[in-house]
Amino acid sequence: MSDPARFIDIQKVTKRFGSVTAVDAVDLQIARGEFFSLLGASGCGKTTLLRMLAGFESPTEGEILIDGQPMAAVAAHRRPTNMVFQSYAIFPHLNVGQNIAYGLRKERLPKLELKKRVDEALEMIKLSGYASRRADQLSGGQRQRVALARALIRRPKVLLLDEPLGALDKKLREEMQLELRQLQESLGITFVFVTHDQEEALTMSDRIAVMSAGNVLQVDDPHSLYERPSCAQVAAFIGSMNFLKGKVRGRENGHAVVEAEGLGTIRAEAVAGEFGEGAPILLAIRPEKLAITDSAERAPLDNYVGAIEGKIAAASYLGDRSHYYVTLPGVQRPLAVAAQNVDRETEGWLQSGAPVWLSWQPKGPILLPAE
Amino acid sequence: MSEGALARPGTAPAAAGDDLLTRWRRRYLRSEGIRGWCLSAPALFVVIAALAVPIGLLVLFSFWTQDYVHIDTSLTLHNYQLIARRTVYLEVFLRSVAISGLVTLMTVTLAYPLAYYVAFDVTRKKMVWLILITLPFWTSYLLRVFAWKIILGYGGVVNSGLQWLGLIEEPLSFLLYNPFAVILTLAHAWAAFAILPIYVSLEKIDRSLLEAATDLGDGPIERFWRVTFPLSMPGVIAAAIVIFIPTVGDYVTPALVGGPSGLMIANLIQTQFSKANDWPLGAALSIASMVTVTLIACLFVWFSKKATARIA
Repeated sequence: MSDPARFIDIQKVTKRFGSVTAVDAVDLQIARGEFFSLLGASGCGKTTLLRMLAGFESPTEGEILIDGQPMAAVAAHRRPTNMVFQSYAIFPHLNVGQNIAYGLRKERLPKLELKKRVDEALEMIKLSGYASRRADQLSGGQRQRVALARALIRRPKVLLLDEPLGALDKKLREEMQLELRQLQESLGITFVFVTHDQEEALTMSDRIAVMSAGNVLQVDDPHSLYERPSCAQVAAFIGSMNFLKGKVRGRENGHAVVEAEGLGTIRAEAVAGEFGEGAPILLAIRPEKLAITDSAERAPLDNYVGAIEGKIAAASYLGDRSHYYVTLPGVQRPLAVAAQNVDRETEGWLQSGAPVWLSWQPKGPILLPAE
Repeated sequence: MSEGALARPGTAPAAAGDDLLTRWRRRYLRSEGIRGWCLSAPALFVVIAALAVPIGLLVLFSFWTQDYVHIDTSLTLHNYQLIARRTVYLEVFLRSVAISGLVTLMTVTLAYPLAYYVAFDVTRKKMVWLILITLPFWTSYLLRVFAWKIILGYGGVVNSGLQWLGLIEEPLSFLLYNPFAVILTLAHAWAAFAILPIYVSLEKIDRSLLEAATDLGDGPIERFWRVTFPLSMPGVIAAAIVIFIPTVGDYVTPALVGGPSGLMIANLIQTQFSKANDWPLGAALSIASMVTVTLIACLFVWFSKKATARIA
């Protein structure tokens, strides 16, 4: 039995295609039973990494171990992994039942046992009675479920999912996210999930690896990733973030004191290591952590600091919330502000050009290394 | 558009001042049926004039009889009875089917690996390969048949080569003028017709299906028989039909390289229309073999679909 925290052990894995390095010396450990996501923009190497786990690509350098077994000499069809493909890859010449039973042929089950297993799988994906349907009679969501059942019926140690929800519409996608998560929890199988959708990754994962240009930038749980990003790149990729240039001026009660453009001297939390005095940094604050008011009197809310005057450059009303872009004197890019529309009467009042005041909780802004 | 143009055909009275041309123009734009007929009219004309009419005439002819030069146009089944009675026709027809069947089998079997290679293993310069495959068509069919005559003949390339090597004393006489020579020549002539449809059907296969099969535990051989081959079946069927049907009726190749033992049904039909001068019998032979070949082709398609469903 291997170390459960290193159930999948990716050791210094590099993959080059000609002169292009798709995955660059990635070190990653995934625990047994974990829902782990690889998150990144297209071309960041996440799919290549997944395909190396499946055995469709072999690492140029480095080693992959699954459950303590080195995978280098194990062919794709003998690995303890199964994959849900982005295109679902449902065999068009087979019906739903035959598709699901495809991977069981090696087990040489008696007919009755095989039927039982397929029926169980169909029940799991809520498609009982669909066994004799043809693949082209299924909707996108149903195809996705069949692909899932076909992979899971082999009882793999690791299930690999390559953007399986990308082709579904928003509502169905949210439903499937929930179902996938529940399924994973009830089966206890390790899921490795590739996605470019940060919201999807945050919703479903135990831990997320954010990738960019073949490198892993940060591996963390969703909350830490969002609230304590390790660098500006992660901060910008997960959700949206306002960045202000600044310099460290000193320390006070465990917080750094920073002089930031437009905001003056303020306190901020250093989440990604400490910085010496005078060091150039980026002050980062999320749009929802800025409070916006239309008069200076109303501005200093309880526990809030700031109240800096600015002007609305653009406003968009999204129903549940409004997004504003606020220009501050001495700041190049307008700050994004997200405000919940709590009050039916007064919300949506802020128009372009209106003077506004921004304030924030002392714990809102964070310090990130300057690029 | 005016209101009249939007009204349902037949219900709106033609607006005053509309001339015939405008009315027809409007009808043309409104009706998909009329547009369809207009578009297919040229092809339809050619098919009717060049195919339906001759075949109709052929059917008519087959119910007539001919006595030297005089054609008796009273309808009779005499020719068909003759075909059923004289076993030579059935024998030659069966031989034709056997030869074509072997040609089809051989061509498809040999074409498949090549098509597979071009579809899956050639990543760049696919076009060059496809052009190379069609290269034999750059010369005339007759020339290619003659080329085989030169290769297989008594004093031909194979024989003189073997003699030069000292492997044989006398030239081999069994190379030419027999069914083997016919099969070889036809298989070569029709190879490209087999490669191209198989290539297209293989090329179309979504590569993620192959990866899915591997992922679900199939080794390369199992994967081929369970996914690649069944999915390429439309190409294989098309190739088989495209080769089988024309080769059953081929008469140039058997006439040139077949000898007496390699004679095929088309040679008999040709004789009826020329030397024997019995057009009605020739017509009856044509119709009989056409119907039988059609039946065989239908049965083949039906069986291969069943078989594919089973192996998968």
